[in-house]
Amino acid sequence: MLMSQIGITRVEQEVQVGVARLVDAVVNKYGRSRGKLIPMLQEIQSELKYLPRQALEYISRKLGVSLSEVISVASFYHQFRLEPVGDYVFQVCFGTACYLRGASEVYESLKSATRNTRIAVEMTVEKARCFGCCSLAPVVMVINTKTGDKSIYGRLTPSEARKIALKYSTLTHGK
Amino acid sequence: MNSAMYDIVYGRRDLRVHVPLSSCTLAAGSREVYKAVEDFINRKGINAEVHRVGCTGLCYLDPWIMVAGRGLPAAIYVNVRHVDVEKILARYLNRDFTGAYALRFKEGNVDYGVPLLDEKPEWRNQVRWVSRNCGLVDPESIDEYIMTGGYEGLRKALRMKREEVIETVKKSGLRGRGGAGFPTWLKWKITYEQRSDEKYVICNGDEGDPGAFMNRLLAESDPHRVIEGLIIAGYAVGATKGYVFVRAEKPLMADRLEKAVIEARERGFLGENILGSGFSFDIEVYRSAGAFVCGEETALIAAIEGRARPRQRPPYPATSGLWGKPTVVNNVETLAHVATIFQFGVDEFTKYGTEKSKGTKMFCVTGAVKRTGVYEVPIGTTIKKLVYELAGGPVEGKKIKAVQVGGPSGGCIPSNLFDLELDYETLQSYGAIMGSGGLVVIDDSGCMVNVAKYFTDFTLAESCGKCLPCRVGMKIMNETLERIVNGEGREEDLEILRDLGVTVIKTSLCGLGGSAPNPVLSTLRYFENEYREHVENKKCPAKVCPKLVTYVINEEKCRGCGVCAKYCPVNAITGVPGKPFTIDSSKCIKCGSCLVNCPFGAVEKA
Repeated sequence: MLMSQIGITRVEQEVQVGVARLVDAVVNKYGRSRGKLIPMLQEIQSELKYLPRQALEYISRKLGVSLSEVISVASFYHQFRLEPVGDYVFQVCFGTACYLRGASEVYESLKSATRNTRIAVEMTVEKARCFGCCSLAPVVMVINTKTGDKSIYGRLTPSEARKIALKYSTLTHGK
Repeated sequence: MNSAMYDIVYGRRDLRVHVPLSSCTLAAGSREVYKAVEDFINRKGINAEVHRVGCTGLCYLDPWIMVAGRGLPAAIYVNVRHVDVEKILARYLNRDFTGAYALRFKEGNVDYGVPLLDEKPEWRNQVRWVSRNCGLVDPESIDEYIMTGGYEGLRKALRMKREEVIETVKKSGLRGRGGAGFPTWLKWKITYEQRSDEKYVICNGDEGDPGAFMNRLLAESDPHRVIEGLIIAGYAVGATKGYVFVRAEKPLMADRLEKAVIEARERGFLGENILGSGFSFDIEVYRSAGAFVCGEETALIAAIEGRARPRQRPPYPATSGLWGKPTVVNNVETLAHVATIFQFGVDEFTKYGTEKSKGTKMFCVTGAVKRTGVYEVPIGTTIKKLVYELAGGPVEGKKIKAVQVGGPSGGCIPSNLFDLELDYETLQSYGAIMGSGGLVVIDDSGCMVNVAKYFTDFTLAESCGKCLPCRVGMKIMNETLERIVNGEGREEDLEILRDLGVTVIKTSLCGLGGSAPNPVLSTLRYFENEYREHVENKKCPAKVCPKLVTYVINEEKCRGCGVCAKYCPVNAITGVPGKPFTIDSSKCIKCGSCLVNCPFGAVEKA
């Protein structure tokens, strides 16, 4: 019992040390400048794939900016994620053209396809802002969060979207 | 075709194959096409090259390629798959042009049996002024931009006094292409007149309107034109530094602009003492983290300073902007116009447009039309011409009902008003705005109430929350619309929407709130009957709003697989495998799971 508690703490400590080290490196690179907060958060996120609470707390102390202000910036801009994501992120474009051509149905289809398998934790389905590929509507972008590779699928129907989700689910299993 | 253009089209070898590499063509598969062309050339060992270009804006033809062999016409092939490349090129080299979509230029009087691009309505009706190079030059080559006369405008401007540069822009009558149509010269003049040790010019490339991507297309296809315009703006107002503000979510646009800045610096168009004029100026590309309100200039400035949210105006950025210094914020297309005006002269520019609004504008036409794409036409072109002649009108069997102009800040114009001219004042007086020029065409399968709700979902999520009218007002409008589309609308709801809409517009702090109710007010104005159907009869005439339609299973299409029953969360679907299933409408919660998951399309809305 005690051992496992220590184990958890150790892992947490390691994570915290890692986050702190990363934030230190980023702050050193950009300087302790309030004006560089957004590029710094971008760089932290590109490493960790999201902005953990510890990173926000640590950078607020480092820069001498209140935590509420850091969170205000982090939660305001779309690019920033405050929650961890799966191996694959399915971004369904909700631009006007995609919406009119059935983005909601595609979104629901992906949601149910990922919900009904046991790999839900590794796939994230979310609504996204216009990609500007309106002539291919409705559009889904699949991001491999490990490699950063992006693939775009256009002119989708709900059942095609479902097939794509299933294809990626086997990739995830196979790794 | 002049000799510079000839060199760009035909290159220095026997054959040049142009493949567009921009975000939209890449999404359509042009990377694979590019590789296939490279493979073909290597395998055949011919003296040929692949030429990376940007995009023409004819999105419905993506991905396209242009093949130009010495002594042969430059032929365009469209909707090319990578597996088609070999056949296309082999035929072309045999002087067989079957399958070509069009010839790019007229070559002598030989009839090749393929129409000219200029004969196609979607091309003939355009005035390619600011988009002239898009799809022709390599966006990552400053040499090709210079071959087309690029940076000549800057040379001319630097030989003028600052006042003369501003006077030239005044004479052109150029107005901001980002939305409000503010005279560009006036912004410049106010900033020029400020006394300050530092001044800034910013290129606004945020482009957050869903349905608008002309700035991305322009900056990805001809980035130097934008940079040249920004340098001229910087010189005119006496700025020390320029910023290009781009979303991190549009990485290719940011990369191309960044590369253009580096190349321009290497050639002495940026940096100390530019072209020996004594003017020193540099540009930084700023990658924003993305928020719709950043299209608003004070929010954009806040983002560069590392903060969020817009602020009260006045003071306007022209007097107190970035870091409290006088700042000009111009849109991507506006700056590209500046460079083009200085290159070709004011008189060429003012040939087009209306009395109050000179020149051309790029419009994105998407939604329910045959030819979605970006079209550059003179300001004052009618909606009808743009939607029917250029974009090809409705898809088979459908009827166009309205266009939505200007995105979440704009409004809907019904089809009986399609003779209206696209200019700032006309659109505004009919409840829409020009905005950045996005037109989404809606046909009879679209529900106007649902569209209005969609836009309030968007603006509600994008509201920064600083001022009450926008934060709370949009919330109440959104909830009211939610009620209506769910069939719970009340008699007084339409009045609430009208009343609140006007209040939010009048009292919001920035342009986002000041225009957010437009999509609701304009649909109420022209499509009140659709609202009434939802409220009074609990019906959605277009069968779009999920709660107002019933789901039924078409017995002829159903094969009895039972997938629908498996996905139904309330067990409303029953049946025997192999025979048609049925939906119990008293149990059905209209979630749509069955329709989305049926492999045979047997679930229908009624």
